[in-house]
Amino acid sequence: MSKPKLAINWAASCGGCDMAILELQEKILDVAGAFEIVFWPAAMDVKHKDVEAMEDKSIDVCLFNGAIRSSENEHMAKLLRKKSKVLVAFGSCAHEGCIPGLANLSNKKEVFDYVYKETPSTDNPNNHRPQTEYTVNEGTLKIPSFYDTVKTLGQTVEVDYYVPGCPPVAEQIWSAVEAIMSGNLPEKGSVVGAFSRTVCHECEHKKEEKKIKKFVRPHEIEADWEVCLLEQGIICCGPATRSGCGAQCLKANMPCRGCYGPPPGVKDQGAKLLSAVASVIDADSEEEIERIIDDIPDPIGTFYRFGLPHSTLRRKIIKDDKTNNDRPDNKT
Amino acid sequence: MTKRITIDPITRLEGHGKIEIFLDDDGNVDNAYFLVPELRGFERFCVGRLVEEMPRITTRICGVCPEAHHMASAKAADAVYGVTIPSAAKKLRELIYSAFYVGDHTTHFYILGGPDFVMGPDSPPAERNILGVIGKVGLELGKKVIKQRAISHEVSAMLGGRQIHLVCAMPGGMSKGLDKKEHERLKEIANESVEFAKLTLKVFEDIVLKNSEYVDLIKGDIYNNIKTNYMGLVDENNKVNFYDGEIRVTDPEGQEYVRFKPKDYLKHIAEHVEPWTYLKFPYLKGKGWKGFVDGNDSGIYRAAPLGRLNASDGMATPLAQAEYERMYDTLGGKPVHATLATHWARVIELMYAAERLLELSQDPEITSKEIRTIPTSEPGEGVGVVEAPRGTLYHHYVTDEKGILKKVNLIVGTTNNHAAISMSIKEAAKRLIKKGVVVTEGLLNKVEMAFRAYDPCFACATHSLPGEMPLVVDIYDKDRNLIKHLKQD
Repeated sequence: MSKPKLAINWAASCGGCDMAILELQEKILDVAGAFEIVFWPAAMDVKHKDVEAMEDKSIDVCLFNGAIRSSENEHMAKLLRKKSKVLVAFGSCAHEGCIPGLANLSNKKEVFDYVYKETPSTDNPNNHRPQTEYTVNEGTLKIPSFYDTVKTLGQTVEVDYYVPGCPPVAEQIWSAVEAIMSGNLPEKGSVVGAFSRTVCHECEHKKEEKKIKKFVRPHEIEADWEVCLLEQGIICCGPATRSGCGAQCLKANMPCRGCYGPPPGVKDQGAKLLSAVASVIDADSEEEIERIIDDIPDPIGTFYRFGLPHSTLRRKIIKDDKTNNDRPDNKT
Repeated sequence: MTKRITIDPITRLEGHGKIEIFLDDDGNVDNAYFLVPELRGFERFCVGRLVEEMPRITTRICGVCPEAHHMASAKAADAVYGVTIPSAAKKLRELIYSAFYVGDHTTHFYILGGPDFVMGPDSPPAERNILGVIGKVGLELGKKVIKQRAISHEVSAMLGGRQIHLVCAMPGGMSKGLDKKEHERLKEIANESVEFAKLTLKVFEDIVLKNSEYVDLIKGDIYNNIKTNYMGLVDENNKVNFYDGEIRVTDPEGQEYVRFKPKDYLKHIAEHVEPWTYLKFPYLKGKGWKGFVDGNDSGIYRAAPLGRLNASDGMATPLAQAEYERMYDTLGGKPVHATLATHWARVIELMYAAERLLELSQDPEITSKEIRTIPTSEPGEGVGVVEAPRGTLYHHYVTDEKGILKKVNLIVGTTNNHAAISMSIKEAAKRLIKKGVVVTEGLLNKVEMAFRAYDPCFACATHSLPGEMPLVVDIYDKDRNLIKHLKQD
């Protein structure tokens, strides 16, 4: 019997997900042994045209990392959906939009104006912006179009499974691969390659049910290695983040920032985190809780660091532009 | 008949680039364009974030070199608070950074750029990859390459919590130090890294330097044809430094043109914009943007390994210094303009990074618990600069009184080389593609080699990493009719 066919693709991502797969080290050989890898641009030369030439549904599993940020990303998402039996949103960008999804706090015009005009090193006397088609003396040059909104893979095409993490940790990638190999897969639409509790359950810092009067920022104190960071007043996203990473940031005594996404049953990670944060506040009234929470700077960048495009907030609405024109239906 | 050759995308780089070559009526190269097709806009969406979080946010610019962004960002954040970090914290940061450099240069030399030399530029494309390299140099060395990458990442995980996207540096120092057991392991890793670097120099010697055809290729005019300025961080003795120092720029004759502090970068660098690519073109402000031209009057400069070595007076460690001297002796003195010598410069830097890692691992202060200074001043403005493997990396932040970012500017490694890469491609194409010459895959791979020497990483450059596609070349006639289709098998 022929081996199942595996494809690995990157869209708008940082390359960390592909590096994470390489972190499997010698186990990568087991993956290579169990699958016929038919497409992996990061590691091997397989042609784009060859993917187009493949029969529909001829790829058994496609691990797709990266968000959908440009026309080219969208094209690859649709192409690989068509060619794959099982499409996996691999890593935080494909799953939830990740840090680059914070670009949904602005739009294409604001990003272009900032990058190509307002940044202090930029010298642009002709006020150029990148054009999808531009005619030079010798002919026309084309580049993909840049979207107003960063979309997750699930907002672009139908996704079968989600592997969270920025990037997913090697052991979890391995367990997801094993589940796929054995056919022991949960219900379609599920998260695989993670556990079902919160990061707090993997964290060695002790919770003492202490209450606090104010929040501090990580650089403002030397945090105690023994005690829950949230109970020391440092915002930690552990209580609102799915377990499975091994609480690795906490092992460097730094707070969780939520890259594994919300735990099961939680739709909006930021809202969940806000209630976890409120629960450690020592306050006599609702007003006092509100006052203390109002003191948290940058709530969006803190509570929705990894999941803004996927969240109920989705993006900032910006007046007088076409921002919403490319806004697809939110499928997840 | 006007022809057009499209190389889309270029392979064995970290990211996506596209080359458009236009031929004139005679079939000679008229012009070549190098396009970068994406942008993510970190500068914009980091506005509003908290400055102490930036070392953890900007790692996501690039999963290949997150350590570079982590360190540049932490240094910028230190400067925003005007805080001097403890000596041990600085050493820990440089130690992580040195281990990272060993791993990153290993990746490029063996996996991305090396195959062109080890297998030969005309070898079948299917063999021009890491598996071909392992087949040729032996499984034993192949395993050592995999292991070296693993132990370099192990240092990031040991101190930074994670193998990819580490979290330990923050304004004022480091969140974590070394315990005794970790320190012992670290010394082993450092010793192994030095041995691996020595082995790599030998591999380079045996495969490249002992092959006169390759030495001729390095010196020959296909890849040795643009004379630019060079940029790199140097220490107080003008020796190459990856983590700290001042930026030194030398001119095409090898004379010092300017030496400046990171905070003064805007006096010396500006970025030109073209409407046909998402990536900007940095140049030296003092010389100005003169278009895609080289020479002493042009503001175009090159960074990355060869740029750093040309801009310095040497290496701060003995084995790297010996190889530095050998390279310049062999290639006819400084500066070396030959683009392919970048590969040699890279293995010299690999040696330096390993030696520096060993020095730092043996430093009595490295296990100190004094690794944090709590910032007390009001935050304001700061610039942080490190040498990323692919060029000088600038992070510049302005905050309000609460440390919330109001302005962010980034000039990243590969971007420094954008104009020079474009020129190297054009010049190589001009010499390779001529009237009457049949355009083959091997020939176009030689065009790509001009590009690949820079180890360009467009994850960083565009703050995006789109899909890397294989090489497909279409040749069109004047009326856009496809007359030839080449693909890499």
